[in-house]
Amino acid sequence: MSVLLFMIPLALLLGLVGLAAFIWSLKSGQYEDLEGAANRILLDDEARSDKDNAV
Amino acid sequence: MGNTALSENLVDRHAIGITPANDDDSGYESLVKTSPQQEHHLDVLIHGAHCAACIQSIEGAVMRQPGVLQARLNFSARRLSITWQGPTDLARNFVRSLREAGYGIQPYTPSTERAALAKEERFLLLCLGVAGFAMGNIMLLSFALWTTSQETMGLATRDFFHWISALIALPTILFSGRPFFRSAVQALSYGRTNMDVPISVGVVLACGMSLFETLNHGEHAYFDSAVMLLFFLLVGRTLDFRARQNARSAATDLLSTLTGFATIIDNGHIRRVAIQSITPGTRIRVAAGEKFPVDGRISDGHTDIDTSLITGESLPRAHKPGDLVYAGTINMGAPVQVTALQTAENTLLADIVRLMEKAGQSQALYVRLADRAAQLYTPVVHTLAALAFVFWWSVMGMAWQPALMIASTVLIITCPCALALAVPVAQVLAIGEMMKKGLLVKTGDALERLAQIDTVLMDKTGTLTLGKPQMITPSESIEPKLLQLGASLASHSTHPLSRALCEFYQGPLLPLEDVCESSGQGLSANYDGKLLQLGSRAWCGDSNAPAHSALEIWIRFSDQTPCALHFEDMLRPDAASTIAALKKKKLRVVLLTGDRRSTAEAMAACAGLQEVHADMTPAQKYHFLENLRAQGRKILMVGDGLNDAPVLAAADVSIAPGTALDVAQNAADIVFMGTHLQSVDQAHTTACITQKLVKENFALSIIYNILAIPLAIAGYVTPLLAALAMSGSSLLVIANSFRIRWIR
Repeated sequence: MSVLLFMIPLALLLGLVGLAAFIWSLKSGQYEDLEGAANRILLDDEARSDKDNAV
Repeated sequence: MGNTALSENLVDRHAIGITPANDDDSGYESLVKTSPQQEHHLDVLIHGAHCAACIQSIEGAVMRQPGVLQARLNFSARRLSITWQGPTDLARNFVRSLREAGYGIQPYTPSTERAALAKEERFLLLCLGVAGFAMGNIMLLSFALWTTSQETMGLATRDFFHWISALIALPTILFSGRPFFRSAVQALSYGRTNMDVPISVGVVLACGMSLFETLNHGEHAYFDSAVMLLFFLLVGRTLDFRARQNARSAATDLLSTLTGFATIIDNGHIRRVAIQSITPGTRIRVAAGEKFPVDGRISDGHTDIDTSLITGESLPRAHKPGDLVYAGTINMGAPVQVTALQTAENTLLADIVRLMEKAGQSQALYVRLADRAAQLYTPVVHTLAALAFVFWWSVMGMAWQPALMIASTVLIITCPCALALAVPVAQVLAIGEMMKKGLLVKTGDALERLAQIDTVLMDKTGTLTLGKPQMITPSESIEPKLLQLGASLASHSTHPLSRALCEFYQGPLLPLEDVCESSGQGLSANYDGKLLQLGSRAWCGDSNAPAHSALEIWIRFSDQTPCALHFEDMLRPDAASTIAALKKKKLRVVLLTGDRRSTAEAMAACAGLQEVHADMTPAQKYHFLENLRAQGRKILMVGDGLNDAPVLAAADVSIAPGTALDVAQNAADIVFMGTHLQSVDQAHTTACITQKLVKENFALSIIYNILAIPLAIAGYVTPLLAALAMSGSSLLVIANSFRIRWIR
């Protein structure tokens, strides 16, 4: 059963990493414009990429 | 008059048409915010963005300008954020280039209400995410607990698993349960109860009892159930929030059309001032193409005014000195001077806004089906749990701890997961389906209200009809050359009848010289050195010709006999069939219009409508609706003009065509795209189906409760059974809601 001492913290840690990623994406506003994000898939991003990189 | 004078006049008019827009753009500079790094920031509202290509052309139009660091359109909020370096007056260029790209621009004034909504949604998502994380991790442990018997696992391991579950569950409940706890406490403090009260009690009791069990090395802990419950409820709550978020905020949007700038004449000096600072008696100059900022009286100049905002009338009307003008109407003809009669807060437009605010308050009284269910649900479930406790403790002589445990499993298993999902899932799916058919539904409960209507009020112009005049004179009855000349001349004007003529005539246009517009009369030009005229009967028509009921313009070329063209605002092609379909559903259909009785009745007869109320002002329409409501009628309003806006806002539910004014679109619950009035019937059908699904969902969750409650009271419910029952019933409700895609 000693494997549990290793596996359970590991499972919790992985979960926490996922949660942290979710909170980060929420805080950085990635859920604010779902409609727009769905539309942006269709856009060519080459035209804007050089300017975006410059920022 | 010489030729040069005429052409100069034309150039002059053209220039006037452009200048006011540029002048207005200078106002945007005052909205620019500058960061300490010398980066400027401006937010504007964009109208007319519909698709991915729009995003690209809007952002592209701004990105191409020098110094721009970032331009990003929030498509859902229609807000464009621009960041740039350099002079602040670049703002003017941005606005101009966006306008040239064909989009409408408005200053963005962050409304606190909208910011609060966005914050609330974020909060719900955060709670949902945390609950999801906790549920996954607790389930991981619970699976081991469910599938392994106590003998193989051992007491110490089981307690260890319970403790870890508690460690994850308790902070999660405290964090993610807040939306429910808050609303439950609020409801209780007003002496009422809502769905959140049994939820909060159930969750808290489950956790408390499980903690107690864990401390005493007990067999069952319900941490998994409690967190799972919270997760499903949060899914329901977030969907519900999505469905309701775009509640109508028409009045505030309308007021924002009243913000802006006006040109006033102050002791002979011409100045641009904010509309709010205009006082009665101020002399205002209104250029062609500009809106009248306040109600007033024309003191100098003749012009045509587009009053469609107030009256719904599609044709501009001639105005002369001494005539009244209303705020929000548009000066179509020549520049005029107006003496203000009212301040901006006291205009007719502001009155309409007040009517709409009043309407909004009466709207808020609607009690949603889910809330009514909760009012019944709470006392029943809590009584059952209390009875179960009393039964086991006093009748069967059980110790109080296991008796309380049984009572709390009753609360857990009856906790309204499926009930909470019943409404929002069906509505969110229905809204998605309707979106595909070109129907934009702004709030989920609009569907609920739409399913209950028994009366339909229809506006005429722009709703029952297409909203713009169409030529009805057959082309065979006009001499082709004359028609070509007429259309060539008409192409120089923005008058609705001229536009209709151009649309009707598909051939090549002829070059004309010295085109000149006489306000309120018509257009004239030279062709082949001879005079060509297009305009009213009095100006260039044959005054002895027999009168015709339709709108008319006359073409006269040189000394030929003038020829009349007739126009009518045509019914939408499917108006009659739509009204027949609505009547077949036993709905009372009424036509309400500000137009003349004779026109309205003729139109109603074509559409198969018997009940007609003509010559109605916005206030009369509003009172007509109030009367019907007092009789207990549930009303759907279909309309498109500002004059309909108060009624749209006051009706139980309202639909506007996509061609309607922004104000009307904002006031309506549902907007349909395209020219088919059939959409109104379609929306009603979908709403009825959705309502049927919602009721089925309720039935499903009640059946589930009827099965589960006896088990819980008998004390047979284990954590595994609770988890299965809860997720099972929720999935069943979700699956049932998906049937909206197949039912016709």
